[in-house]
Amino acid sequence: MKDRDEIARALAASGYIADGELATAISLMQLLKRPLLLEGEAGVGKTEVAKALATAHATELIRLQCYEGLDQSAALYEWNYQRQLLAIQAHRGGDADAIEDQIFSEKYLLERPLLAAIRRAKPPVLLIDEIDRADDEFEAFLLELLSDFQVSIPELGTITATTIPHVVLTSNGTRELSDALRRRCLYHYVDYPDVDREARIIMARISGAGASLSLQIARMVEGIRKEELRKVPGVAETLDWAAALVGLDVRDLHDAPEVVQETLMCMLKTHEDKSRFQPEVTARLLGKVA
Amino acid sequence: MSCCGANPGYDELDEVSRLVSTKLAAFLKTLRDNGFAVGLHEGRDAASLMAAGYIERPGLLRSAFKHLFSARKSDWEKFDGIFDAFWLGKRVKSRSITMGSTKAANSPSLKSLQDNRSERSGGEAATDQIPSTEDAPEDRAGEGRMEGASRADNLSEIDFRKMADPEQIAEAHTVAARLAKAMRSRLTRRDLARRRGYRLDLRRTIHSNISHGGVPISLVKRQRKEKPLRLVVLLDASGSMSMYTGVFLRFIHGVLDEFREAEAFLFHTRLAYVSDAMKERDAGRALDRLSIMAQGAGGGTKIGESLQTFNRWHAARVLHARSCVMIVSDGYETGDAALLGREMAALGRRCRRIVWLNPMMAWDGYTPEAAGIKAALPHVDLYAPANTLKSLTTLEPYLAKL
Repeated sequence: MKDRDEIARALAASGYIADGELATAISLMQLLKRPLLLEGEAGVGKTEVAKALATAHATELIRLQCYEGLDQSAALYEWNYQRQLLAIQAHRGGDADAIEDQIFSEKYLLERPLLAAIRRAKPPVLLIDEIDRADDEFEAFLLELLSDFQVSIPELGTITATTIPHVVLTSNGTRELSDALRRRCLYHYVDYPDVDREARIIMARISGAGASLSLQIARMVEGIRKEELRKVPGVAETLDWAAALVGLDVRDLHDAPEVVQETLMCMLKTHEDKSRFQPEVTARLLGKVA
Repeated sequence: MSCCGANPGYDELDEVSRLVSTKLAAFLKTLRDNGFAVGLHEGRDAASLMAAGYIERPGLLRSAFKHLFSARKSDWEKFDGIFDAFWLGKRVKSRSITMGSTKAANSPSLKSLQDNRSERSGGEAATDQIPSTEDAPEDRAGEGRMEGASRADNLSEIDFRKMADPEQIAEAHTVAARLAKAMRSRLTRRDLARRRGYRLDLRRTIHSNISHGGVPISLVKRQRKEKPLRLVVLLDASGSMSMYTGVFLRFIHGVLDEFREAEAFLFHTRLAYVSDAMKERDAGRALDRLSIMAQGAGGGTKIGESLQTFNRWHAARVLHARSCVMIVSDGYETGDAALLGREMAALGRRCRRIVWLNPMMAWDGYTPEAAGIKAALPHVDLYAPANTLKSLTTLEPYLAKL
């Protein structure tokens, strides 16, 4: 996978419709061996990029979901304390050195996502999801790992990467990331897809959605996004809505305005937005959809 | 290469690559001038990309460089313009700095480099494609985004330093420092109280008791990490406030200095993010950078629109549940007052407290008549005058309680 058209095709085959720029970013990722930082609103399909990439490479996806207070023992490795204790109890009175060697061996090591990612035979896709939710300290630690790809475990020694994983980081922008981390990564801003791409996404993901219905839904969604909403619907919401419409046997949005109105709950996720979308608003938007 | 002329000889090729690398260095400089964080590492990767054949296709090269050099959304958005201006000789729409100097004009653009490669066009004919400085004033006239202090903004310079006398400056600083201190000591006390924790951490308890043979003697507990209070200041820098902006800028500078977490914004007809400029240690230099940004003064105040921008683009990053937003404005809204009301409501949902400081409030016979302030008041938690340093000091007990 080198050429960007080839990458776009491979991603499409695994169900992700990429634009040209994203395909370029992924080809650069392989060329320059840098991690890719994806930023964008919630629900534009940042996580999906990593999943599709793993499918396209036919490799494993290792996911690390970040949260506040995430630390090394949850992200990198941890000793299996319970088993260690059991082993000590079982060999009570034995040779102390032998027991120590035994309980600090691979068998008692719990692999967490980051360690797992550098010890696979085939380079996996490592998805570090919502990095902005983790603390500054964790970010600094991650930076070190991403540049050296080796981990030192005091009791066991240094573990060097057998393969360099494809690293994808995502961020929703709830916290400003450090400049150092940003510089280390390639940057791609994931925007809401345009009508054409969104229609193709619907067709690729929802079986039973025809070309004309998909295009209608995509146009409608574009109109909805332009309204002043508190929570702008993402691609995931579009897919939910499309699935609902297909499930209710709608072939053309104009045939069933009531169904459209009732199923809009898939798109509007706050009371305020919901009450703003009176039937007149829906009718106005429907009118713009050819 | 089968076109006219001989294939470029070895020496000529070398010359081309030298041109490319000097040009690339100039481009990196341009990016740095525009606020991009670009290091040597990126330069090296860029050179390797060009060597890998990307230089043959400008569209692809732009996209590749965009991913490599951008680090945040604002970079991402202005990159295409800068790239086109520098390499393809198109006019820039946004107010970004290109190397407008003669040095830049002497080095060939990407187009001419390609020409060089294929047919070695004579001399430096196609060189002058970088927007020269003469074009710049027209560009400035248009509405550009105000982000970072770019040199081009330096047109209508307003010197804030002249607006405040030295004694006031010194006092504003001490007041700010005292305010900050009051809040900080409060925070540390809370941290101490939580050290005991409320939930048992079983894994770590087992771990720390391995030396007792697994008998849980010393317990490890978990505590919730408390986010420190964050202060976000939105300062009105419009014409009607001009008598006060000087002092308040000093005050904000002190606040940013003292608080662990504080952000500052400036607005008049637009909103500008000024924390970075304010973090300059030297107050004089910080104010210099700011006077460049305050060039809209006198064109009315669009508080509603500025708040909308804030809610939309900055609030998610800047605000959390323990944030206090401090708006310093006289509330003379020249835009839509209803919009201001809506945006204030939205802002109120996101933060803990909204404090509105209005220097006019202490004037004799002042009542909040302006439509703007009327729309905003229902959402404000504390509405106070701030025309003197004394009135600022009286805020201290309130802020300390947050």
